[in-house]
Amino acid sequence: MKWLLLALMVGTTVLGDVLQSHEMKRAGEQSVSARGLVRILRTIFGRRYLILAVFFMAISFFAFMALVQIAPLSFAVPASAATFVLETLLARFALHEHVCWRRAVGALLVLAGVILVAH
Amino acid sequence: MHPHSRTKTRALALSLLVIALNNFGNLILAYGMRQLPETVSANPLDYIRAMLHPFVALGIVLLVGWLLTRMALLSWADLSFVLPVTATGYVLNMALSQTFLHETVDARMWTGAILITAGAALAGSASTKASLPGRQEDGPR
Repeated sequence: MKWLLLALMVGTTVLGDVLQSHEMKRAGEQSVSARGLVRILRTIFGRRYLILAVFFMAISFFAFMALVQIAPLSFAVPASAATFVLETLLARFALHEHVCWRRAVGALLVLAGVILVAH
Repeated sequence: MHPHSRTKTRALALSLLVIALNNFGNLILAYGMRQLPETVSANPLDYIRAMLHPFVALGIVLLVGWLLTRMALLSWADLSFVLPVTATGYVLNMALSQTFLHETVDARMWTGAILITAGAALAGSASTKASLPGRQEDGPR
């Protein structure tokens, strides 16, 4: 059960993050002031990909809630770093960001770490 | 201060806030979820009931703060900068899990967390110059 919840959490996090990054760049720079946070909330409801991103993040969050109830937090959080590897790939191929060799090696180290923690 | 340095300092300061909100939110949420009398199922009502627990609710408030500050950070810097920097919280998560939740964290898990952080730092050293606003890509294509 914990692996199913982990897979659900990782898959939906990746989709949510990529959609969020894509849309927030289109929305322009945001402030962390109270007014800025209100503007972020308005931005969310004005962009359908951001609404979809929030939906995926909600699914991911519910899977995380269930996971931390049945598995150690010291497993659940590091194992979720698998998203980093998938997101690096998507940053390169879906968001067309440049991924140099250091970033690629870093992603491989993260993958090795996740395997160690999840073993 | 040079505008780029100011942006970088602002992004790094916000990254620290993002890391703290995420780790303490996760910790308090996990603690609260373990106080519930029953394991949650696929039924959405289970999650709504769980959210009424004070510790679960507090964890969620902190994680909502994390979500909003992270969105602001994502608007200043690329995903490929934000992810490596905030990934340093994995070691902090191990320490918090061991200290407050009394979880067993053995050498293998510490090694795993350190590898994740090292990988993130290596990737981050490539991302900082490349991904903050106002800078051109200088790595090989």
